[in-house]
Amino acid sequence: MEGLQMFFNLEIFRQVFPLMLQGLLTTLKLSAFTIALGLLCGLFIALGVSQRRLRWLRVGLIVYIDLFRALPPLVLLIFISFLINFWGLRWNVWGIIALSFTLSTACYYGEILRAGIEAVPGGQVEAARSTGMSAVQTMLYVVLPQAFRSTNPELCSNSLLVIKMTAIAGVVGMQDMLGIARNAQSLLYSPAPLILCALIYMVLLWPAVRWVSNMSERQTR
Amino acid sequence: MAYPILEIVGLQKRYGDNTILKGVDLSVMSGELVCIIGPSGSGKSSLLRCCNRLESVQGGQILLDGEEVTRFDIDLNKLRQKIGMVFQSFNLYPHLRVLENVTLALRHVKKLSRKDANAKAVDALTKVGLADKLAARPGELSGGQQQRVGIARAIALDPKVLLLDEPTSALDPELVGSVLSVMKSLKGFGITMLVVTHEMGFAHEAADRVVFMDGGVVVEEGPPQQIFNAPQQARTREFVGRYTKGH
Amino acid sequence: MSASIVDVFLNWEVISRYLPDILGSLVYTIGLAVLIVAGGLALGTVLAVARSAGSRPLAALIVVYVDVMRTVPPMVYLIIVFFCAPYLGLTLSPFESTWLTLTLILAAFIEECVWVGIRTLPAGQVEAARSTGLSWLRTMRHVVLPQAIRMMLGPITGKIAAITKETALGSVIGLTEILGTAESASSNSGNPSTLTVAVVLYLMIFVPVVVGSRYLEKNWNWKT
Repeated sequence: MEGLQMFFNLEIFRQVFPLMLQGLLTTLKLSAFTIALGLLCGLFIALGVSQRRLRWLRVGLIVYIDLFRALPPLVLLIFISFLINFWGLRWNVWGIIALSFTLSTACYYGEILRAGIEAVPGGQVEAARSTGMSAVQTMLYVVLPQAFRSTNPELCSNSLLVIKMTAIAGVVGMQDMLGIARNAQSLLYSPAPLILCALIYMVLLWPAVRWVSNMSERQTR
Repeated sequence: MAYPILEIVGLQKRYGDNTILKGVDLSVMSGELVCIIGPSGSGKSSLLRCCNRLESVQGGQILLDGEEVTRFDIDLNKLRQKIGMVFQSFNLYPHLRVLENVTLALRHVKKLSRKDANAKAVDALTKVGLADKLAARPGELSGGQQQRVGIARAIALDPKVLLLDEPTSALDPELVGSVLSVMKSLKGFGITMLVVTHEMGFAHEAADRVVFMDGGVVVEEGPPQQIFNAPQQARTREFVGRYTKGH
Repeated sequence: MSASIVDVFLNWEVISRYLPDILGSLVYTIGLAVLIVAGGLALGTVLAVARSAGSRPLAALIVVYVDVMRTVPPMVYLIIVFFCAPYLGLTLSPFESTWLTLTLILAAFIEECVWVGIRTLPAGQVEAARSTGLSWLRTMRHVVLPQAIRMMLGPITGKIAAITKETALGSVIGLTEILGTAESASSNSGNPSTLTVAVVLYLMIFVPVVVGSRYLEKNWNWKT
């Protein structure tokens, strides 16, 4: 069918593929970056929310979490890029994206880890402390390992969402896979690069999506 | 004049390599209460579930009032209006109230108006002694009450025969009596019943005929006096002996 | 820089000038969200029911659709739908493109939720309903779906919250929803205060949605 030829133009695929790989690299870098920073900040958020002593910290973090879960990442990204430019800070676009994406995703990681931390039975903490371990050591060697292990499927599922989110980076000029595909599309007057971009995402992410689906199916059995 | 409402002829059922029913013959006359007893795995529940085609049949025939149930091209939904089923785990709809549980099929299968459906449902619920629980939700009722609603739901459709699959097995002992007495009273209304049960006392006292099944076949059948007091087959004797010893 | 942050980001003069436009775009964001929810719920439920109908090929097809929709970023699909439509002889407006893309994506997520609900429902419910003569379709409609959807209400509202937020993506293809309007206002006025307004509006709309869905996921006892 003619339409299929237009969208799945193998010639153009071949032409564009090397460039797309560069874009893919950028996308992967962005994703790894964001997941790492998001996890780290999420960890601190989780620790801050699950502690009982400083009530203002707990409440403040809960408010932060809800605010940033509600704000669309694209809106935050545009807002922050304007903010940075206003302050005259000559930040690399990577810095803007890092700040914005981390703010957007840390709260989700934080929620997940908080649930994981609070699910570790209190008796474990008591046992560890009564062998003389400090609070920090207990957290580090007893609570966190278990929290990470039990929330692993959700962390993976969330990371998947993060990888998909990075596709908005083109809005601030980042040459990620979608950005390159769009350029190619307008230069070559063909929709094929866009389709190739989608196909690459599918090849990249589909195994993980299936895995997460099966995980959650198993949980509800 | 009694006539066979339900006839099972040479029924065979296989599940993979496992033959569960190895040629079962059984007739139920109109107005009769027939109890099927037997050890677990004897195929009693499967037999019942074959009658309303919840399970598939590999050989033999089942006839409801002369009409062949086991035909592959039968209208299942029409058939199931004529055969009622009561389940061990009640299976009431938790999101609907008691009255609605009973009227659901009346409205959508028999196409009755809301008024007529409600009237029939109230009638059925009165027969089982739950006319005061119309607006309750299943979760608020005791097990015995829930099962009685299950019975009302089935009889509201005026089935030709009522199948009861271990209706009291999931109930606490104190609640069993209420359901059994409802079943006895249904007989007074002329409802034909085929019951799979472990309640030997009930079978002995209320059944017109008792059927003993073991290993996928009918070993012996007859009036309760025969099965319980003078069983003719060794296997029957052995099974019944375990229960009558305690009396 | 002599201008203070308030002058730049909370400049009432600029805000009041563009407020009517921005409030007008609210209609787009909210209206679009409502239409997406309607479409996504309807299509997702139909797909879940179709998947449980018993036809293996059909079920496989639906699984493929659901996987495909959930794997590729919404942003990519939006661009594809908007820019490829002309090649198919269609012209889709930004509104239509955004609605179509997000509805198809939401439907995939909702199909998964509803299907899990359908599967988790005890088999006895279907047996009881069928043994009173209810057809398969009516059993779905009156017995299975009411319970399945009620059971999965938490996850369903979670997905709705997540997908409807993405209406902001429409700004990239020129949709005059909140972000799009705010962005053009700020480039016209040379002042980003309208963006601040946009942030506030998004929070006002979606914080209740997110908090509500989180409450539901934690506390929903579907049997009551």
